[in-house]
Amino acid sequence: MTHSPHTAPPTRLQRVLASDFVFDFTRAPLAILAAAVVAFLFLVAILAPAVAPTNPFDPASLNLMNGFTPPMTDNMFTGERFVMGTDDQGRDLLSAIIYGLRVSLFVGVMSVLLAMGIGVSLGLVAGYVGGWLDNLIMRIADIQLTFPSILIAMLIFGVLRGIIPPDLRDEMAIFVLIAAIGLSEWVPFARTVRATTLVEKEKEYVQAARLIGLRRGQIMWRHILPNVIGPVLVIATITLALAIIAEATLSFLGVGAPPTEPSLGTLIRIGQDYLFSGEWWILTFPAVTLLALALSVNLLGDWLKDTLNPRLR
Amino acid sequence: MPDDSYLTVTGLSRHFDISEPWLARLVSGRGGRLLTAVDDVSFSIAKGRTYALVGESGSGKSTIARMIVGLERPDSGTIRIDGQTAFDPVSGPTQDSSLRQKLQMVFQSPYSSLNPRWRVGDILMEPIRAFGLISEETAQQRRVQELLDQVGLSAPDADRFPHEFSGGQRQRISIARALASNPHFIVCDEPTSALDVSVQAQVLNLLKQLQRDLQLTYLFISHDMAVVRVMAHRIGVLKDGRLVEENEPGALIESPREPYTRMLMDSTPRFAGGMAG
Amino acid sequence: MTTPLLHVDGLSVEFPQRRQRLQALDGISFTLEAGEVLGFVGESGAGKSLTGAAIMGLLEPPGRITAGSITLEGRRIDGNAAGVRGREIGMIFQDPLTSLNPLRTVGDQLVETIQLHLNLPAEAAGARAAQLLEEVGIDPARRGAFPHEFSGGMRQRIVIALALAPEPKLIIADEPTTALDVSIQAQVLALLRRLCKERGAAVILITHDMGVIAETTDRVAVLYAGRLVEDGLTAAVIAAPRHPYTRGLMASTPNLDAVSVDTVLPQIPGSMPGLSALPDGCRFHPRCDVALPDCSRVAPVFAHGVACHKFAAEQKGEAADAG
Repeated sequence: MTHSPHTAPPTRLQRVLASDFVFDFTRAPLAILAAAVVAFLFLVAILAPAVAPTNPFDPASLNLMNGFTPPMTDNMFTGERFVMGTDDQGRDLLSAIIYGLRVSLFVGVMSVLLAMGIGVSLGLVAGYVGGWLDNLIMRIADIQLTFPSILIAMLIFGVLRGIIPPDLRDEMAIFVLIAAIGLSEWVPFARTVRATTLVEKEKEYVQAARLIGLRRGQIMWRHILPNVIGPVLVIATITLALAIIAEATLSFLGVGAPPTEPSLGTLIRIGQDYLFSGEWWILTFPAVTLLALALSVNLLGDWLKDTLNPRLR
Repeated sequence: MPDDSYLTVTGLSRHFDISEPWLARLVSGRGGRLLTAVDDVSFSIAKGRTYALVGESGSGKSTIARMIVGLERPDSGTIRIDGQTAFDPVSGPTQDSSLRQKLQMVFQSPYSSLNPRWRVGDILMEPIRAFGLISEETAQQRRVQELLDQVGLSAPDADRFPHEFSGGQRQRISIARALASNPHFIVCDEPTSALDVSVQAQVLNLLKQLQRDLQLTYLFISHDMAVVRVMAHRIGVLKDGRLVEENEPGALIESPREPYTRMLMDSTPRFAGGMAG
Repeated sequence: MTTPLLHVDGLSVEFPQRRQRLQALDGISFTLEAGEVLGFVGESGAGKSLTGAAIMGLLEPPGRITAGSITLEGRRIDGNAAGVRGREIGMIFQDPLTSLNPLRTVGDQLVETIQLHLNLPAEAAGARAAQLLEEVGIDPARRGAFPHEFSGGMRQRIVIALALAPEPKLIIADEPTTALDVSIQAQVLALLRRLCKERGAAVILITHDMGVIAETTDRVAVLYAGRLVEDGLTAAVIAAPRHPYTRGLMASTPNLDAVSVDTVLPQIPGSMPGLSALPDGCRFHPRCDVALPDCSRVAPVFAHGVACHKFAAEQKGEAADAG
């Protein structure tokens, strides 16, 4: 009386390749392009020491005589050529962008992970435990939502910087930045996870888990979490774009990445000073890179949302 | 009460607070409202037998089922299972995991009763590990295979996900999960009402066969008189939270004492099928 | 020879999916006379609701009719069912709330439907609405109430009144009582049958319940995996089902007259195949206990009210014996 097909269950790889997700992806040119751009930028950032022509932070590689060399032009003193030109200190802009990208992506990814960790945990607890704890968490979320997140991030940045001893400030700057952006972006995660948890916890599989005596934490972690992770990934992608922009904004305003570790935002701030004196490339190349990155991540997030949404029950 | 009763429920009651939020009550001046879902219900189930609670929506049958397995707390009454007190108003629900292990439930929906992200093998493994029944890995695997076999599924099914199965097969998985902790008593809450009839018969037959093979005691919850007729050794009819009539199936169906029972039976659609039976 | 009220001929419906096209209905043909109550019975996935939706022109995209025709009183309505929907064909769904506007009183909704379709002045429409409510067993004084103020059974009565309001020729009722308690189910079905008979309106009753078919319909069409497997007068089909699936369906329905709890219920092994894995030949053959070698290769032709190789072979045998 066995009705199941007698074929072996498909392997994990077969499942992935046969999924609707992969099928839809191979038919969405924009998503493929966006994914390619994101993958390329990530790769370049990770491999920065190997692919960058120079190490822009190594003072030995700098030659002030190379300052303000336009792109693809021989420097009139040294005769050197730079694909994207150089900045005021003669730093190769392409290398600066690659290293800046590294900082931007690191801060972006880490702050999204932080926001996701906080948001998902609080959302699960609020949804599953409910009661006053739910009220407390969601009211904090409501209050936070009434302020623009960049303002929250600046506030947190200021407070954290105040706490840290001055001699560690530059060293810790990147982590302060991550904390500030992460703490300002957890609310969408918490709200979505809470809503999904409220639906999932009423399902019978959760009651079956209660019947065998699993504790709340085990049920949340093992049963509910895997079922709320779909929408979380969508939000994570969209938040990554937001976090990258937030980092760039903070750095542009001078409260973000320190000059010793310039991010794309820092480079844009520097470039801005020279825009009107004719050295357009110092601003333009970092800005275009930031635009390509943020736009691609956003497109990818939108596509994910559209693809996964019909199946979010 | 006969001595061979496995489960005894005495004076079970449950009220639900259906009041409006306090602010709305304050504005409208209306007081709180209580809905009596279960009202002083008492019955007992003999070991190895099936007791069916039948009733329409809102009769309180599912609330009784949930109170017995401990998913819901009674307001009053006592529940005794296999000589142990599972609930009494003074000490509350027992925390004894050996009692919980004897007590399992098969749910109504074949779709939401299995975690969609878990493989069938993991679903069946969970009770085995949670109760610490088998510690050795290969013995655990063997037990999972045995469970699949008992419900008519095959060994490779352990590596599949629930969505790869039909409704009837999922209900079999649900039954296998209930069996995993070696229970003596299973509450079946409308286990076939979401299934097609041809598959319903398979699942009902499976439940009957498991009862014989494993000496299981069932509490069977249903809205369908005809299903209850073929499943139960004793039937209790619930109406608005009260047990209005209780009897052996034959006697109940041939000579119901309550007009409500008669009405339930008269409105059950039937056909004098030439091939049926 | 008169034109039948509804004639469906070779209706096929397809759902294009990502990697394949799923054929949900395959060559469904039947006719329906005025005033007749036809039951569509089958298990989930058989295509019974889909047939109703195709007639109403309510196929959910990307579903589409790929072959066949639907004619109402001689007029083709496949492709432009919007013209007849509501007016000439009324629809009753499982959940009454899908057909009722929660923000308007039931009286207003009835009056609006009557005025829209029958072109009556407001006063006459109001009187008509009251009369319809009376007929479905609802106090016309309650016409000012909103849908949520009624119970499930009452709501379904209101939906019946709404469907009957434009005096349609055909009512398609898709599992109209599945969400209701049995005690109310019987009343609602009896009401639907009586009101349609009085008006001479035909009914297509879609249900999974053989008991409902037996008690409510004049004729029954049995569907399995998108094909019509049996069609005949209800009494005749119930007395002597020809298709093994119909037999199995009836046998596995639990019966109040069952002898003992210790008997094993007759069951059909397996379950209905999914649309993506339809077997060749007769789609029922993997579950059939009387399958012939041909059954797995050739789809049986629908003849003598049934699509079954075994039945055809027996017929031939009897004819040969007689000759």
